Amino acid sequence: MNEHARAARSRSQLVLLLPALIPVFLLSVVPLLRGVYLGFTDYTLGDPIGFNGIANYIRMAEDVFFWKSFQVGFVWTLIVTVGQVLLGLCLALLLSRKVRFNSWYSAIMLVPWAMPPIIRGIVWRQVYDPDAGILNGVLISAGIIDQQINWLSSFEYVIPAVIVAGIWGEIPKAAVFLLAGLQSIPKDLYEAVRVDGADRWREFRHITLPMLSPVLAAVVSLSFMWNFNTFGIVWVLTQGGPGGLTRLPMLAAYEEAFRYGYVGYAAAIGNVMVLVISVVLFGYLRVQLKESRV
Amino acid sequence: MKLHSRLIDAATHAGLLLFALFLVFPLIWMIGTSFKPTTEIYSGVVSVIPEAPSLDHYRTIFQEQSIFTSMLNSFYVGIASTVIAILIALPGSYALARYSTRWNKIILGWVLGSQIFPVILVMIPLYILLRSMMLTDSLLGLTLVYVVWALPFVLWMLQGYVHSIPVEIEEAASIDGASRMQVIFRIVAPLLLPAVGASVLFAFVSAWNEFFFALVLMKDPGLMTVQVELARFTGMEGQARTGPLAAASVLATVPSVILFGFLQKWFSSGLLAGAVKN
Repeated sequence: MNEHARAARSRSQLVLLLPALIPVFLLSVVPLLRGVYLGFTDYTLGDPIGFNGIANYIRMAEDVFFWKSFQVGFVWTLIVTVGQVLLGLCLALLLSRKVRFNSWYSAIMLVPWAMPPIIRGIVWRQVYDPDAGILNGVLISAGIIDQQINWLSSFEYVIPAVIVAGIWGEIPKAAVFLLAGLQSIPKDLYEAVRVDGADRWREFRHITLPMLSPVLAAVVSLSFMWNFNTFGIVWVLTQGGPGGLTRLPMLAAYEEAFRYGYVGYAAAIGNVMVLVISVVLFGYLRVQLKESRV
Repeated sequence: MKLHSRLIDAATHAGLLLFALFLVFPLIWMIGTSFKPTTEIYSGVVSVIPEAPSLDHYRTIFQEQSIFTSMLNSFYVGIASTVIAILIALPGSYALARYSTRWNKIILGWVLGSQIFPVILVMIPLYILLRSMMLTDSLLGLTLVYVVWALPFVLWMLQGYVHSIPVEIEEAASIDGASRMQVIFRIVAPLLLPAVGASVLFAFVSAWNEFFFALVLMKDPGLMTVQVELARFTGMEGQARTGPLAAASVLATVPSVILFGFLQKWFSSGLLAGAVKN
């Protein structure tokens, strides 16, 4: 194909794409770039925008609330990601055995995923409810505790309580992706090692895991990003409380921008989140790639 | 050997049952709560099934109007944004699948790359922009945001399917004198129906479930979406609220779960396989 024809093709493709590209560009790409820029300004809603370099980041370094928020953000992201991937892998392995009622099981396991994040939070609020919740009800009637525990406003229990709810909601997503990965592993690989008399653990270690590693890497990376950016479920469960203990980075950024009006500072928090995610992902993917090459 | 494999099957069932129980019980508990009279909710008796089932809480919601109105708002925004997104994405996805140029890489790059950025970065400038256009506190404004939110994924989903339609069918149509747009909407679109179905479900469910944009953009109580209204509900403590909240949440879950059930088929089949391979 000559240069001329290629340019013509590119042009007619662009014409068909424009109705999609224009709105995405105006309402998504441009705001995003502007948002990154606002992170270097002192903008507060209504006032003129003034570039202030890295002043926001210097303020952040001394901001106790920022550090607390990123700390709990890390704890939340790591535990939820690891929990959802491990449990999701277990579930996917069980489902891949295709026992009877398999389609029933796989329909049921999708329920948390199908629920809106806000309702995932509401459901768990009702489980944790001090007076009417099933958790206290069961623990008290089993004699394990003799007093009601207010799970979501106790400094001791709130983080585990929120994390359990988080993992619960994310298991299905991990399981669906991993199941698809498991199903794409050719069956004859297993037959070959079975002839050699390998046991199930060896099979898993030497075939399943290496063959699954690209999908696993994708699931871990995406989950990590999504969990670090969590907002809705925690907002409904605790609004970041008690005492800011569950104020994840997104909750902090939201409050800075839309409760206190420090828009520039909120955007700066967003920028640091991007930086953190990129560094972690880059490091993780490098290790993954090295391993899969060996 | 037979006994051995039976044991493994039994263990698999046990494991799956445990998972199913864990994944479903919070929802079951809430459904139970929604049918219990308030006195029973707070009686301290642990029972999933209500002793004296009642529809009181459901009646309350419909009398209070605010939940009902918010559901209508969500339906409106969900349907409008879905229709617009699909109509816009159809020609675009066709172009992506049939002529492969650098735009394919740019768009895939955007679909994946944009995942890294927290929504707060988009939200702030978007809020300022929409406010200057009087589009905050407006269902139209929210619809536009949801269109843009769903577009990249819908575009990418659809182009995968266009790819699988043989070009010969189109060539035959253009020999018969059909224009490009006619080919897209008369020939390709009908063949794409299953994929369009999947995209419709996807776009609607993501609009129905969305919370953050709606929380920031909608302040007028009469214009809130169902997710924002429910979150507002949880803020109001008090025993009288638990039952109605449960009932409202059950109602708001129904559309997502039903549509998701249909969507699941596509997710577990071709769609995901394609996504992983790419």
